[in-house]
Amino acid sequence: MTRFSAWNVLWQGITGQKGWTRQWRDPEPKSHYDVIIVGGGLHGLATAYYLAKNHGLRNVAVLEKGWIGGGNAGRNTTIVRSNYARPGNRQFYAHSLKLWEELSHELNYNVMFSQRSHIALLHSPGAIDAAARNYNTLRRTGTPDAEIWGLEQLKQAVPHLNYAEGARFPVMGAAVQKRAGTARHDAVVWGYARAADQLGVDILQNCAVTGVERDGGRITALETTRGRITAGKVGFAVAGNTSRLWNMAGLGRLPIESHKLQAFVSEPLKPLLDQVVVFGMGGAHFYISQSDKGGMVFGGDLDWYKSYAQRGNLPIVQDVAEAAMSVMPCLGRVKLLRHWAGVVDMSMDGSHFICPTPLDNLYLNTGWNYGGFKATPAAGWWFADLIANERPAPMIADFDLKRFERGLQLDERGAGPDPKLHG
Amino acid sequence: MSGRRLDKGGRIDRSKPLTFRWDGKALQGYAGDTLASALMANGQRVLGRSFKYHRPRGIMSAGLEESGAIVTVGSSARAEPNVKATMQELFHGLEASGQNAWPNVRFDAGAVSGLFGRFFSAGFYYKTFMGLPPFEWGRGTGLWMKYEALIRKAAGMGAASREADPDCYDHAHAYCDVLVVGAGPAGLRAALTAAEAGRDVILAEQDFELGGDLLNDPFAEPKRLALIKAVEQAGVRVMPRTTVFGLYDNGTAGLVERVTDHLPEPGPFMPRQRFWTVRADATVLATGALERSVAFAGNDRPGVMTAAAGRAYLNRFGVLPGQRIVIATTNDSAYQTAGELAAAGAEVVLADARERSGNDVALGGRLQHGLAPLEAKGRSGIKSVQFARNTGSGWQAAGREDCDLLLVSGGWSPVVNLASHRGVKPEWNAELACFLAGECAEPVYMAGAAAGVWNAAACDASGEAAAKRAMGFEAMQPAPGGWTSPIEPLYEVRLPGSKAKGFVDPQHDVTGDDVRLAHQEGFVSVEHLKRYTTLGMATDQGKMGNIIGLALMAEALGKEIPAVGTTRFRPPYTPVAIGALAGRNVHGHFKALRRTPLHDWNLRHGATMTDAGLWHRPWYFAKNGETIAEAYVREAATVRETLGVCDVSSLGKIAVQGPDAAEFLNRVYTNGFAKLAVGKARYGIMLRDDGMVMDDGTTWRLAEDDFMMTTTTTGAGKVMVWLEELLQTRWPRLRVHLTSVSDQWAGVSVAGPKSREALSACLADPDAVSHEALPFMGVVRVKLKNGIQGLAARISFSGELAYELYVPADDGEAMMDLLWAETKHLGGCLYGLEALGTLRIEKGHVTGAELDGRVTIRDAGLGKMASAKKPYIGKALQDRPELLRKDRPQLAGIFPKDRSKTFNGGALLCQPEEGEGFGEGWVTAVTHSPALGHWIGLGYVAGGHEAWAGRTLMASDPVRGAPVEVEVVSPHMFDPEGGRMHG
Amino acid sequence: MIRISCPFCGPRDHAEFSYGGDGSIEYPALDAPVQDWHDAVFLRDNICGLQLETWQHVHGCRMWLKVERDTMTHEIRSVTPAHPGLASVLESQA
Repeated sequence: MTRFSAWNVLWQGITGQKGWTRQWRDPEPKSHYDVIIVGGGLHGLATAYYLAKNHGLRNVAVLEKGWIGGGNAGRNTTIVRSNYARPGNRQFYAHSLKLWEELSHELNYNVMFSQRSHIALLHSPGAIDAAARNYNTLRRTGTPDAEIWGLEQLKQAVPHLNYAEGARFPVMGAAVQKRAGTARHDAVVWGYARAADQLGVDILQNCAVTGVERDGGRITALETTRGRITAGKVGFAVAGNTSRLWNMAGLGRLPIESHKLQAFVSEPLKPLLDQVVVFGMGGAHFYISQSDKGGMVFGGDLDWYKSYAQRGNLPIVQDVAEAAMSVMPCLGRVKLLRHWAGVVDMSMDGSHFICPTPLDNLYLNTGWNYGGFKATPAAGWWFADLIANERPAPMIADFDLKRFERGLQLDERGAGPDPKLHG
Repeated sequence: MSGRRLDKGGRIDRSKPLTFRWDGKALQGYAGDTLASALMANGQRVLGRSFKYHRPRGIMSAGLEESGAIVTVGSSARAEPNVKATMQELFHGLEASGQNAWPNVRFDAGAVSGLFGRFFSAGFYYKTFMGLPPFEWGRGTGLWMKYEALIRKAAGMGAASREADPDCYDHAHAYCDVLVVGAGPAGLRAALTAAEAGRDVILAEQDFELGGDLLNDPFAEPKRLALIKAVEQAGVRVMPRTTVFGLYDNGTAGLVERVTDHLPEPGPFMPRQRFWTVRADATVLATGALERSVAFAGNDRPGVMTAAAGRAYLNRFGVLPGQRIVIATTNDSAYQTAGELAAAGAEVVLADARERSGNDVALGGRLQHGLAPLEAKGRSGIKSVQFARNTGSGWQAAGREDCDLLLVSGGWSPVVNLASHRGVKPEWNAELACFLAGECAEPVYMAGAAAGVWNAAACDASGEAAAKRAMGFEAMQPAPGGWTSPIEPLYEVRLPGSKAKGFVDPQHDVTGDDVRLAHQEGFVSVEHLKRYTTLGMATDQGKMGNIIGLALMAEALGKEIPAVGTTRFRPPYTPVAIGALAGRNVHGHFKALRRTPLHDWNLRHGATMTDAGLWHRPWYFAKNGETIAEAYVREAATVRETLGVCDVSSLGKIAVQGPDAAEFLNRVYTNGFAKLAVGKARYGIMLRDDGMVMDDGTTWRLAEDDFMMTTTTTGAGKVMVWLEELLQTRWPRLRVHLTSVSDQWAGVSVAGPKSREALSACLADPDAVSHEALPFMGVVRVKLKNGIQGLAARISFSGELAYELYVPADDGEAMMDLLWAETKHLGGCLYGLEALGTLRIEKGHVTGAELDGRVTIRDAGLGKMASAKKPYIGKALQDRPELLRKDRPQLAGIFPKDRSKTFNGGALLCQPEEGEGFGEGWVTAVTHSPALGHWIGLGYVAGGHEAWAGRTLMASDPVRGAPVEVEVVSPHMFDPEGGRMHG
Repeated sequence: MIRISCPFCGPRDHAEFSYGGDGSIEYPALDAPVQDWHDAVFLRDNICGLQLETWQHVHGCRMWLKVERDTMTHEIRSVTPAHPGLASVLESQA
């Protein structure tokens, strides 16, 4: 395996790119693995990597029904931040951001994590107080880069927003996390895949699970489109398909609903916006950043109805465009290039699950709502920890399926037990 | 390419010359031109620079698949980047300029990047820029972000305007039986067939003229005119300049109509574009086919175009695109072009890569079989073509031809994009070397070239068949194909081992070698290929290059094209202006603005407004240049001393009526409502199913079966929906009717020791609000002196003797005139939300800042309102273990230890010695209390205020300032016994 | 755009409606045990395929509806009033 470096880019350029090899192998499935992770998305691949790296497990497979990174990994708007304030979420996302900062070096793959600041616009004194509460929490729990900005500071940093007198919701300030930003989503997929592969993990593409074999309270084997594979332990990390797989395992209901979330990209433009800007007011929700290629990448609310379809409908396209124009009125002549949708596991409190299950050797990773991409390194890290050690570490103790029975709702928005409201 | 305008021919109107500017230079074209045809007629060759290597690019097509002539149209606030010159209708005064180049597209300093092309292979940026070269030393993201700044500057295409778009856009809606997309021969025929059968038909055409390929055929004009006339007579709604950009669920289509983009001076109030949502029972896709190129060295040079484009410029625009023309083809379609160009006076060489063809079209030029283009030579314009011959074991150089234009036909790709939006999988047709749309589960039918039907007569039949199927009849589609001799597909021509750049996706500078490198590194699925090389991700979304990319990958894998698959096309088909999608709901109209019936009255009396959800509510009434702080303190003090009047019309009001209304309320509220007496009001709290507080307000019993519920301003909509859901889905047996009456009433709060005096002075019967007639929490119907009828309730949010007075919305101003006269007379004031906040904080009354969706009724200090005697919504789940913990944060009052100091809402309450951590609670709201003479706050603290009696906490607010020492007190900070409101 | 045929108003864009949730849930009695409430409020079958769900015609007649819809194709199989009394009245008139 050729190491990635400026030196090798130069050398391979001179010698005709002949030294680059497959970034991950295409192995035949073995008949048995100690751990099988179902789902070759970001979380599955990261989990496999940390199983190998942190816990020395090498007989590990990742099963992917299509091609790795083809689900939500490649459909999100690539925002990385850690401005979650509920105890539990707070520490988890703080850890994730720390892992993000070293991820390119860790994987020897440039994931292009650009810590360009995440700026949430604020429009009323009450909103500023509510944001201050959360950002004070960030400040006091290991995130010194959380700030509240006034209008003048905001205008200096982000000149092309709507500061007009006639704006429907005049901006008063912003809540800013400076270490937050964006990353190149596909690179994260491939980086984890390549690094996991190097540690011996088998990445099995076009390998859909078609059945789950159980012996009482244990999973013994998975039926797949590439044959039957026995497993010591199994982890599900299949955002968008969790309930289907859960049913296949003969288990009951889950505190999640599948919803679709659209994403949008414009034609490439010369640099226009240097940060991630987020808007939420008057029932609208909007976030935007500019990719390194120049496209404006943006999104808004869910389509509001449950769906497994990876395609959006016009009302949300319209809502998002309206918000875009309201936040950046210079976007009127900028053209939308593509829009698509991903299926997200929305949970009953807007927070996720990394937990044991009713089956002894099955572990579950689900319920990421809008947070799956930014959670990737920590989700992989702690899911691997759970699978390897067969007990939840204190970091993830509250991310279990029983928390609602206990009365714990990690509800960042206070929206209540309605999955569609946790966008 | 040295295009020149012919003296005759074409569809342009030579009697209407138009002057336009290209890169500042004035040029001339004619009505009927596109920007591209006019530039070509003026001999302009280099019109753009490529994305990565900044290679010079000229016109490559005559349509939306254009990858070379991508320009910026307009300037300053109206600058539109990334416009395909081939799609821009020419108009007098049009300004266009080159982009992605410095100083201009003809001499571009960025072209030096081309020298380093060998290092810029697919995905090279994933392999470096992480740390310090050469071995990527270092940690963190600091170095990457320095590289990133440079990369961002180099990337991108055109520059967006920084100014607000000054134009407006419309939204429109339409319904039809059959939507026909594309007004070429098949589309026209389909529209005609359906309309003549009595169907309501919409025909959308992206071009400014109808006819599709008929426009490129000089002999088809009579047929075209006849068809158009018939279509119009049959009542088809024809929409030119309208692109169907997406097909959505249940027969919905998104269209964008370019209303004024072609006009030098749009009329006043005309929208620039119009976004249509069309709901059609069935859809016919007669979207045509796009000609693709072949990958060979220099296939992106200015002067290399598709063969069909050569024909279009000649026949439609009257431009002879070159003098010495080589046409390289793999199929029959270029033969006619060759003949026509030769007839127009060009020297033509037709190189058919096939060894033989049965085509008998008379040619004015030379025909050579078995030759394919190996390299287009020349830098900023093609000078010659090097040919190659396939020896069976690879390509071998074979002859060279000087030329100034190379037309290429690598085959045709039916436009199946819209069908793909509906989830239809394109299926590879090896015989025609193209993807065709499979059957759609929905009523969406392909017609004409979009269905792979190449020949004109069959296109008519195809359009007719598609229309019949769209109407629900059985009909046979003609078989795809129609050429005399079969295509021999050709995707790439190169000598073995050659490193010359042959472009697969010219817009993103993706080469054949990039595809092979992707294969070498394991990116073999089409989705990986696309993402790793960026193939097909440019503004044409792979219309030019996708199939070549697939073919090269298939070759590398030793498989057939279908085994590689094809990507799903995503909407929009062509890029759509964000402004069009937003329409009129922008600027001040972004979201509905809700005004109370007293809005104007408040403004006339000096109110400054603030946003409360979608409402504008009076914030404060400044007198004589007061600041907000001075104003609200004065207002709050006046209420406590004499009286104040405040507009509360925005509160939600719901009429709950029917024999079971009391039982219904009893289930919805935590406290009892079954026994509430007629003529009485009660404060109630409702919970969500999960036991968290949802909303609060007073509900008034007007009659045995008639209640008026009030809700919070922001909760009104949510509560109404919730109550409707409960009645219709959970408790259908309850005989209750709900009516939202929020907008029917204007309401004011009249608060303060003199409130009774003021109110009573307004009434026809002054005794109607005496203590006896209207005790605390009483409700009466009243008649004002001026005859207005209303409702008065003695309820208090401020803690003072207070009333809420409601009159019909239309009588609001008259009521206020009366009330304000009496209030002024008694020394009272108007007060706004800020003073309202002060008064309620002093009393420890909760609002949205405290009820944030995460608190239980006990947390909010209202546990005594949770009835133990009856069940209610939320009761079961509010008793889960975590919610019963004694150390949960509970409502508390907060005083600064040093009474002269202030502190902030949003501060955390922390133990003084703790420098970090989540703290013991937080501050929700802060105000200066005139009644107490210092700053006070509300908040939540672990275990409630008693747990912290006599102890000091810090209000820690690191995002805004220094911590302040505070003490925690009962939330009822003023008049805790409530003597004042009962008085 | 999904098109929903409101039994009272006729076919309309889904933008006129608001999605409620899983229409198969039977909410327990108000005094039912905590576990019953937990299961009803927090657990979902989350069907991929045809499911029964509730929508409200919130910008129309404001009626709550029971809709059978495929969550993959968005095809709608049936729409009836959620209120059983209204549903049976409509049925008897049909």
